[in-house]
Amino acid sequence: MEKHMPKPDEYARMVKAASGRSKGWKNIPLAFLVGGAVCAAGEGLRQLYLSAGLSPDWAGAMVSVSLIAASALLTGLGVYDDIAKAGGAGALVPITGFANAVVSPALEFRPEGMVLGTGSRLFAIAGPVIAYGLAASWIYGFIFWLLNR
Amino acid sequence: MAFFQALIKAFLVGGALCAVGQALIDYTKLTPARILVSYVVAGVALGGSGVYQPLLDFAGAGASVPLTGFGALLARGVRQAVAEHGLTGVFSGGLTAAAAGVTAAVVFGLIAAVVFKPKSK
Repeated sequence: MEKHMPKPDEYARMVKAASGRSKGWKNIPLAFLVGGAVCAAGEGLRQLYLSAGLSPDWAGAMVSVSLIAASALLTGLGVYDDIAKAGGAGALVPITGFANAVVSPALEFRPEGMVLGTGSRLFAIAGPVIAYGLAASWIYGFIFWLLNR
Repeated sequence: MAFFQALIKAFLVGGALCAVGQALIDYTKLTPARILVSYVVAGVALGGSGVYQPLLDFAGAGASVPLTGFGALLARGVRQAVAEHGLTGVFSGGLTAAAAGVTAAVVFGLIAAVVFKPKSK
């Protein structure tokens, strides 16, 4: 199964890179380092926004937006692919990986048109994440509502 | 030095969450797309049960930046919306909490598609 390659037209490039990597003892430490670095950068931004007077909620949201913007830029420049090849899950699990999973197919499928290429394919990975995340939140919300009626 | 302590805590916790993801890729049949889905759903469960909040308090972005943090954000959003609006909140809370991140990713994705050329491989 580790040799499983997703269909090229189904998955974003970075995801291919992550699953196509060979098994090796370095993978997990590299994921730790790259993922830790992304999160530390996020924390640096959060401290900056907090010291600028943003509320914790706003600072958190702005950290996400900033990291997503940075990931979109690096994906567009082709740099995020290289980070993902080295970092594997370290580049996948942070919100920058989610952004990469949106931006990468948006870019890759542009030749098929802005609507059915870019517009539809950008949800190839993000769609399931949003769908199941929302479903889980709905179930949790419903249980919370029942318990607190 | 509180600043550097915060960075180190974020690094360690965020790195650990990513290392677990890598172990799942290398040693289970989970594909990266399934890992992302699992992390968000796990985040909703951990956030909803109150387990994730101490991690957020301890590690800040180290817990909020990984996708489990996105899930915990959904759980918090739906909980707050239910507290304020009752049953309506069950339907509105999750998407409201996800709005900033999803909108940013989609808008920047569209901009990138217009601005950058697809990499030819």
